[in-house]
Amino acid sequence: MAPLSWDLQLLNVCAALLLLLAFAMLSQRRIVTLVDLLALQGAVLCVATALVAWRTGKSHLYLSALLTLGLKVLFLPWLLRRLIRRLDVYWDTEPMANIGGTMLLGLLIVIFAFGLAQPISALANTSTKSTIGIAVAVTLLAFLTMITRKKAMSQIVGFLSMENGLFFAAMSATYGMPMVVELGVALDVLVAMLVLGVFFFQIRERFESLDLHHFESLKEEK
Amino acid sequence: MELALLLALPLGGALMLGVFGARRLGAELNAFFSIATFGAACALTVRVIAEGNFVAAREQFFIDPFNVFLVDLTAFVGCTTALFSRPYMRVELEHGRLTAGRLRLYHSMYQLFIFTMLLALTTNNMGLLWVAMEAATLSTVLLVTLYRTPASLEAGWKYFILCGVGIAQALFGTILLYFAAERVLGSEGVTALLWTHLNDVKGQLEPTVLSLAFVFLLVGYGTKMGLAPLHNWLPDAHAEGPTPISAVLSGLLLNVALYAVVRCKILVEGSLHSSLPSQMLMGFGLLSVGLAALFLWRQRDIKRLFAYSSIEHMGIISFAFGMGGPIANFAGLLHMTVHSLTKSAIFFAVGHAAQAAGSQIMDNIRGLLSISPTVGWGLMLGTLAILGLPPFGVFASEFLILTTAVKTQPWAIPILVAALGIAFAAIFRRVQPMVFGEASVPHLAHVPALLPVFAHLIIVLGLGVYIPSYLAHWYREAAHLIGGF
Repeated sequence: MAPLSWDLQLLNVCAALLLLLAFAMLSQRRIVTLVDLLALQGAVLCVATALVAWRTGKSHLYLSALLTLGLKVLFLPWLLRRLIRRLDVYWDTEPMANIGGTMLLGLLIVIFAFGLAQPISALANTSTKSTIGIAVAVTLLAFLTMITRKKAMSQIVGFLSMENGLFFAAMSATYGMPMVVELGVALDVLVAMLVLGVFFFQIRERFESLDLHHFESLKEEK
Repeated sequence: MELALLLALPLGGALMLGVFGARRLGAELNAFFSIATFGAACALTVRVIAEGNFVAAREQFFIDPFNVFLVDLTAFVGCTTALFSRPYMRVELEHGRLTAGRLRLYHSMYQLFIFTMLLALTTNNMGLLWVAMEAATLSTVLLVTLYRTPASLEAGWKYFILCGVGIAQALFGTILLYFAAERVLGSEGVTALLWTHLNDVKGQLEPTVLSLAFVFLLVGYGTKMGLAPLHNWLPDAHAEGPTPISAVLSGLLLNVALYAVVRCKILVEGSLHSSLPSQMLMGFGLLSVGLAALFLWRQRDIKRLFAYSSIEHMGIISFAFGMGGPIANFAGLLHMTVHSLTKSAIFFAVGHAAQAAGSQIMDNIRGLLSISPTVGWGLMLGTLAILGLPPFGVFASEFLILTTAVKTQPWAIPILVAALGIAFAAIFRRVQPMVFGEASVPHLAHVPALLPVFAHLIIVLGLGVYIPSYLAHWYREAAHLIGGF
């Protein structure tokens, strides 16, 4: 087997970093650090997209790299940090009981993700097909991050990280979606975060906290 | 032209109401834009009848029998709901549950919501369909939390997160679909996500990828249409938001999500040449019907009761489309229509009843007939219609579904019949004392807006007795398009 070209190697490094960051988020308890990790993940994604754009010469990928840079590296983390400051939850941590167990579960998920991505990678004719498994793994790990958290803010970080994973999956499998779709998705994510900003203040006003364990009145029993 | 008008009117309305919605004029403007949108939908229909299917704007939009009837339904219910909400929201404002600023948000988001649904229905691009579905969630999240009560905030959060996660699955499904399509259609053009092109080459799409894609698409859009076991957000969002929003969520959004699922099913089934998608639809459908019937017994809040009934009916429709074939598809389409009309009519009546009683708890609402015969009869007739009593249209579609099931899927009959029976008993025993019981509710201080209720019920009754030939023709063409085994 011929050695990989340097750009492909760099791309694989990016993919590995994304996975590592997903694990870091899974085990991170401080909310502010979670946001930093999210921004870092966005940055790695941006580099990876630009690399693929350079390698394949597809100009729309440069645009989507720019979009990632603007939205996921700069704007959203800025918005989240601002919210954290204004809501005064800077020192909040997640009371997570069993980080070790969650990490082990995360490992199993990675194995499952590679199994799931196997048939897709086998059919893909992109040079990035080896990273599809990692993309699926990042998505599923972000999902796990989301469901193991109790605080609204960390659930949102999980949600955005999931979106990063999906974006990376689209890029590895097909060199990105058509531009009109990518713009639409970016718009939706942006609007979602703005809606959330409003929403957090409403929750805060009512409950004086962003802990979701206050949310128990609508359980289905009686 | 008509299409551009159809989409531009609600979008323009949303912008304009974002500025003027707080004034007294807001409700009138909202009604005006909704009526105009319905007019545009009618014009579009006339054009389709005259010229047949067409594509527009570089094939980004398309109209065929399946989506044109849903466009009409969406525009019509959107229009009647706006008429209902005009007096309803004014009373809410007088009761001090809202401020003028929030009313502006409500009017603007209402129009935006109608816009996103019409966009989802008319777009030819599977990616844009996803974008529109997500936008539909986002435009209604702040409407669910409009009253800012703790319960409504919780409902809004649940709605946001569950539908967000669900819709992310659908995005992955869409990526997989694009991945499979790109191998056939090529990535240079932008045709690889256009439904009409995908439909032309569906036989060549890679089956393993498409079956994987369908799982994700079904889970994603299924969350949105309230299929069990991902239905948790639905009763909360229905119960805690303002009543006009419950009516459009139940009557329209669920239909649009189902539309997305069926569009995907047509593609996947064409590629797989097996009944896997059908079986999944039938399975999830039956699960929803069964679970909803059980949960119906335990409800105390009237809006939650009818929200669970929506889950049940969505399950029935999924089951019908899962069975496939001309008759079951016909019945499914008919059921989509009559359920949407009946359920929104019920929510209108429920809204007035709850406003009069000052509570949504069913034990506190008694004797509606004696305080306002029209509200009482509206609720009673709507309930009888939704429970599938002849001669209403729901009976016709359920009858068709059951008779087809006897022939093709006899194993499902006991589950369906039992669930329908349980639902009947659960809902009727609750509604009967509310309408006929000893009056405990003070008289309504305002004139209820009941024209929409009876307009819907008359159409449902009409559809049960006689389906006009052009409508039947339309349904048949759409049923043919959906196909199935």
